[in-house]
Amino acid sequence: MTRKRLVLTVLHRLAVLAYVAFALFPLFWLLKVSVTPTSLLYTEGIRLWPSRASLEHYEFVLTHSSFPTFFLNSTIVSASTAVIVTIVSSLAGYAMSRFVFRGKYWIVALLLLTQMFPLVMLIAPMFKMLSPLGLTNSLTGLVIVYVAFNVPFATFLMQSFFDGIPKDLEDAAMIDGATRFTAFRQIILPLTLPGIAATLGFVFTAAWSELLFALMLISGEKATTFPVGLLSFVSKFSVDFGQMMAAGVLALIPACLFFLLIQRYLVQGLTAGAVKG
Amino acid sequence: MASITIEAITKTFGAVPVLHDIDLSIGDGEFVVLVGPSGCGKSTLLRMIAGLEDITAGEIRIDDRRINEVAPKDRDIAMVFQSYALYPHMTVADNMSYSLKLRKTAREKIAEAVGAAAGKLGLDPLLARRPKALSGGQRQRVAMGRAIVRHPKAFLFDEPLSNLDARLREQMRAEIKRLHKSIGATSVYVTHDQIEAMTLADRIVAMHGGIIQQVGNPLDLYDRPANLFVAGFIGSPAMNFVEGHCRAGVIETTDGSKVAIPEGIHLTEGQAVTIGIRPEHVRIVAGSEAGSYTARVDLVEPTGFGTIVHVRLLGQDLKIYTLERGVAVVGQPLHIALDSTRLHLFDRETTNRIG
Amino acid sequence: MTSFSAAAPPNGDRRTPMQRLAARLEPWLYSAPVLILIVAIMLVPLALGVSYAFRDIKLLNPFSGGFVGLKHFRELASDSAFRGALINTLWWTFSSVILQFLFGLILALLLNQPFKGRALAQALCFLPWAVPSFLSGLDWAWMFNPVVGPIPHWLYALGIMSEPSNILSDPKTAMWGPIVANVWWGIPFFAITMLAALQAIPKDLYEAAEIDGAGPIERFRSITVPFLAPTMAISILLRTVWIANFADLIIVMTNGGPADRTQIVASYIFTQAFRRLDFGYASAIALVLLVLLLAYSMLIVVLRQTMLSRH
Ligand SMILES: Nc1ncnc2c1ncn2[C@@H]1O[C@H](COP(=O)(O)OP(=O)(O)OP(=O)(O)O)[C@@H](O)[C@H]1O
Ligand SMILES: [Mg+2]
Repeated sequence: MTRKRLVLTVLHRLAVLAYVAFALFPLFWLLKVSVTPTSLLYTEGIRLWPSRASLEHYEFVLTHSSFPTFFLNSTIVSASTAVIVTIVSSLAGYAMSRFVFRGKYWIVALLLLTQMFPLVMLIAPMFKMLSPLGLTNSLTGLVIVYVAFNVPFATFLMQSFFDGIPKDLEDAAMIDGATRFTAFRQIILPLTLPGIAATLGFVFTAAWSELLFALMLISGEKATTFPVGLLSFVSKFSVDFGQMMAAGVLALIPACLFFLLIQRYLVQGLTAGAVKG
Repeated sequence: MASITIEAITKTFGAVPVLHDIDLSIGDGEFVVLVGPSGCGKSTLLRMIAGLEDITAGEIRIDDRRINEVAPKDRDIAMVFQSYALYPHMTVADNMSYSLKLRKTAREKIAEAVGAAAGKLGLDPLLARRPKALSGGQRQRVAMGRAIVRHPKAFLFDEPLSNLDARLREQMRAEIKRLHKSIGATSVYVTHDQIEAMTLADRIVAMHGGIIQQVGNPLDLYDRPANLFVAGFIGSPAMNFVEGHCRAGVIETTDGSKVAIPEGIHLTEGQAVTIGIRPEHVRIVAGSEAGSYTARVDLVEPTGFGTIVHVRLLGQDLKIYTLERGVAVVGQPLHIALDSTRLHLFDRETTNRIG
Repeated sequence: MTSFSAAAPPNGDRRTPMQRLAARLEPWLYSAPVLILIVAIMLVPLALGVSYAFRDIKLLNPFSGGFVGLKHFRELASDSAFRGALINTLWWTFSSVILQFLFGLILALLLNQPFKGRALAQALCFLPWAVPSFLSGLDWAWMFNPVVGPIPHWLYALGIMSEPSNILSDPKTAMWGPIVANVWWGIPFFAITMLAALQAIPKDLYEAAEIDGAGPIERFRSITVPFLAPTMAISILLRTVWIANFADLIIVMTNGGPADRTQIVASYIFTQAFRRLDFGYASAIALVLLVLLLAYSMLIVVLRQTMLSRH
């Protein structure tokens, strides 16, 4: 019996280890190639770690390429999207959580619908709509599109956070002399701060990763976001693996930072995004 | 301080009626307890007074001012919630002063009011703490403190003690009563615990199914319950009910025993009645005497101070509450006398009290 | 007064019509920004897109724009690339979902056991989910590249390949590239949802079953599976739709090639719109995809109903 248990325990740990290795290896490889000097890249192609590591690729990418601009553009777009989405969806999420009203059912249905249909459908009409307004090739246009795409999911997410806060608290505040909106601002919002941070993180990550609409809507370098920049770099200079991967590692950094921020809320986020919508 | 008048209040949630035509007037400084089983609409009524629920029909007035359309914040009422509803991100002092800050009270006045309330409730050492760092009893006190800081027109309590353990509940009960004596504020208190209702109330309002069953002072409700519901709800252990019919000037119970009709009560022949007998009013007598019954002891439950004895009598499991120890032994016969002046009679059709 | 009270409820509510309207509108005020955004930026383009399907819209041709009726759909019927894309979509969607689900479920079961360092292992296993999808695609494309990636060399060493070559450039194997990347990227989704469902199962159920003499396999069959089933069903359903639409990895890794062997419908739409700038034709394909997905969802709902009614 104990022997069997020991074997099972060892098997279990090995399986977990295999998963961790599978999850990390591609990222490790990205890092490894990005610090391999070009001269060693082909001779030491499949060694686990180069005999000499260097940051030359990072140096090049940061000083001699447009990646800093792309990075900045992506940061501006993702951060603005995250802030706007969080504000707007916390209002709507609050209404969904706290009010009983006719039409709520229809709002939920509408939000669900937007989660079901293929967004690629919108690529062509979106371009046609935005271009006469001068919103193609502009960060503002991207922000508007990303805000709309992320708002339904964020609304469900914020609703789930508000649902976790007892209704009695607002009732108490309203009896204490607050209007509903004051109660919302002074009592409910401060208590939702962790949820707000999680929503910011989810939306930032989503906007940071978006590729197809950015490809379609942006053509000049000035408004290029990181994914688009990296992809065009890949198709133009597809031999400079070290530099590409250094840029890739840079793109990974903000996403990983936000991952740490939202780790605790993954379940809530995924159920709001997946089960509800 | 203020009086509260509730006139012909009706409440429906969607199509579900919850309160039917409630009338009640609460005097200035009075302590009124709403009591009734779960789901009877006590909280709903209280929340309508507070302004947290719309009023479907009828009118509520505070000091003769109609408040149906007044927002909760403008009603000048304080409420203590069952969950306490303390603001988790604020310290005890901030919790207590929040309402005063919203009213733009001067800072010195706030400090003074919070200090006074904290002193009254023994909260001084806790003022800088967050609710998370308090025990259940302390939280309850803070909730009370938050209410009294404001000197509101009236206090509303929604089962404020039901999350405390029995000993603490007893202690806080006494404290609330003392507080009310010293502040003298109009209070409406909701509970489903009849002991709380009896001990605290100037007047009890017994509710059932969204309808007021009886209003009166606690001893009235105990001595002269208006109907079967109140009779069964007030008093512990609960009243015994025995069903019977009026036959030839006596009441014949289902097992064929006979109970004399109390003096001054007229029943029509064949009328279906329910006899109510409080367990503490059943007498155990030494031997068989005129009008006494003999019954076998089923179960004995000592409660410390007294003893609850179950016997099989009048076709019923009849409870007897006695202060004497050792008079009942399981399986042994017991002689029992019913005091006819202490019987309650109810019409089984209308469930109302007779006489 | 008398004319008013006829319409107003008995006398419970004597607010003016304005006040009552304001109270009615309050939730709508909170929801308004979201609704406006969704209607203006999702529903309007959606409707436009549907209309494009019946129009001749080519970005580079200023004379286009006229209605062409069902022309695009007739073209579609004889478009062999589209037919290929349909088959590829099925292949791509079902193999990705099944593999993600299986590996995700196993990971969830592994992580549901208490062990030292579990929190860390969990965070590391879930990390791929945070990697931007375009980067996952690029990363795996590089991993499959014999110049810088290790995978071809491993496959060669194992004797699976005759020489280290890129599976992405071989039409027979190319689809496996995006699928592997998708599985890597999507395992955390299933693992997280399954783990949450597992942790919601009351522990005393297992204890009760153990006392009743149920072995581990019996406990898994009679407690774990029925408790997980609803979560499994709904997450598989929704994930299927999502993955069918998920073109990023394919665009990044193969762009539909080689020889259209990895082209799925979603990436085909993107290619038509982005490269050929034929918005009319792209919208027609999109409409077909939408109808297919709707049909799939209906089918699932109907299946669920019949299963429920049988129990
Ligand atoms: N928002 C609501 N929507 C629909 N029905 C409700 C709502 N609030 C309460 N009710 C119903 O109204 C009735 C009275 O509820 P209320 O909360 O007033 O009961 P209560 O007497 O306070 O009970 P308890 O002792 O359990 O607190 C219940 O049947 C309840 O189901
Ligand atoms: Mg209640």
